[in-house]
Amino acid sequence: MLTITELTKTYGTKDAVQRASLQVDKPTMIGIIGRSGAGKSTLLRMLNRLTDATSGAVTFEGRPITALTGADRRKWQSECAMIFQQFNLVPRMDVVSNVLHGTLNKRSTLATLFNLYPDADVHRAIDILDRLGIAEHAPKRAEALSGGQQQRVAIARALMQNPKIILADEPIASLDPMNAQVVMQSLRRIHEEDGRMVIANLHTLDTARRYCDRVVGMRDGRIVFDGTPEQLTTGVARDIYGADASFSEAATSTQIDTLERETA
Amino acid sequence: MRRGLQFVFGGTMAELTATGDSRQGIEAAYMAQMRHKRILNLIGILIFAALLIGGFQAADNRNAGGFWDGLPNVLDFPGDVLSEAWERSQLLPGYFIKYLPSLLETINIAAAATLIGALIAFCMALLATRGLAPAPWLIAPVRRTLDILRAVPEIVIALVLIFLLGGGPVPAMIAIALHTIGALGKLFSEVNENASLQPVEGLQSTGASWMQRMLLGVVPQVAPNYLSYALLRFEINIRASAILGFVGAGGIGYDLRNTMSWGQGKFDEAAAIFLLLFATIVIVDQLSGVARNRLTHGKAFADKGAVI
Repeated sequence: MLTITELTKTYGTKDAVQRASLQVDKPTMIGIIGRSGAGKSTLLRMLNRLTDATSGAVTFEGRPITALTGADRRKWQSECAMIFQQFNLVPRMDVVSNVLHGTLNKRSTLATLFNLYPDADVHRAIDILDRLGIAEHAPKRAEALSGGQQQRVAIARALMQNPKIILADEPIASLDPMNAQVVMQSLRRIHEEDGRMVIANLHTLDTARRYCDRVVGMRDGRIVFDGTPEQLTTGVARDIYGADASFSEAATSTQIDTLERETA
Repeated sequence: MRRGLQFVFGGTMAELTATGDSRQGIEAAYMAQMRHKRILNLIGILIFAALLIGGFQAADNRNAGGFWDGLPNVLDFPGDVLSEAWERSQLLPGYFIKYLPSLLETINIAAAATLIGALIAFCMALLATRGLAPAPWLIAPVRRTLDILRAVPEIVIALVLIFLLGGGPVPAMIAIALHTIGALGKLFSEVNENASLQPVEGLQSTGASWMQRMLLGVVPQVAPNYLSYALLRFEINIRASAILGFVGAGGIGYDLRNTMSWGQGKFDEAAAIFLLLFATIVIVDQLSGVARNRLTHGKAFADKGAVI
């Protein structure tokens, strides 16, 4: 389904991503873990074509993604939704308009400039917001919402694109534990109910273990681990993060019950 | 679900959907709001179009000549200048050298005016920014002063000063500097308003004085914007200082006035002066881009391979 072959991105003399290869055969929920600067974001951005690869190739269902240009490239971006750490919504526009931005690829610039979306799209946008439990915020400005709510608006925008893949770049890194849980569960549910592929950069191991079917570890731009959550032992995690024996998962956990477990 | 995962919302869509009534209500309210906005937009566009068409007709009626009759002649003057310059294009390099000294004088007037104006504008901007000003009662008077400095055209100030001080570059420099204070003071204070107060608060918590908070907390945030506004103003001032040459302030404007008058057959020299001014603006623009990027991102940014 999705094949990444020797994908490389070089900034100046530094390799952000080095010859990364990955094969995904069916819609899976994949978590990518690794230190800051390990190349996780760059990898996701290359999949969406926000960033151009220096070399290597991505193919999706036989389509050469890295070779697309112009309108074809934007078409791909509409099929491959992206969710960001800082939500990347338009703060001064209302929630439904932000969600409707998911259809921009299908609409003319002039129509969208005057906010002329088909009623059916507006209904669908509100349906999606309802599904994510934030329909009552529909008419508010995006900036008036809390971080967790904004991230769910971002997910709604992604769903509005009706994408085959959802890429999530540190979707819960700016959220408190409760909201982080809601957002991760929404992503998991989208994967299970809609059968969409979800690839999420995560910076906490327990999140990756808990929600993902497959975990990919990156270190210094290379993929150093690729396996099931069960195979991700503390020893492997130490290797991925380049940490020593003092490394403890509980210290960075976002799970509310972690501390209790530690003290118990 | 794997590993007994418990989802807050439960499993299926039906369970998640809020009670049907409230969802319908939300949707109806939003659709009504959207229709309302669309109607307002439409009315706005219609009013704008009506004003545009009506305003054009009113202006055209008051024109001494007809707009449409004059329109085909608009390109006559540039056409004359270009054709004369083209015929004697081999003379252009000589003119460049001939007019270089007066170009330098013009740039000098603009540079001195920008520098002095920007320094004073910097101080006044800090006094005129809500949240930063040390004395809130000073904000309004300082702002009005800036308004006055902006409102008076520099050519008026220059004419008065030339009358008092005699012709030459100094009155022009003062006139442009005064206008620059007004313009940059306003822009700088708007930049200041967008600066984050968090670093300022951080410094205040260490016991820093007002001056320290401004110089160390605000300036590093706003310096790139200050610089790019000041350089933009420098460009505008080069043009202003060229125009003041028309009224006896010296520099390239004086030469431009002499060569540009109709019927002297000096349009080739006028073209050379235009080219010199154009080149100067391009060079200043390019330099400001480089300087601004360096200041915003630091040298490390370029070393990381960023395209500047």
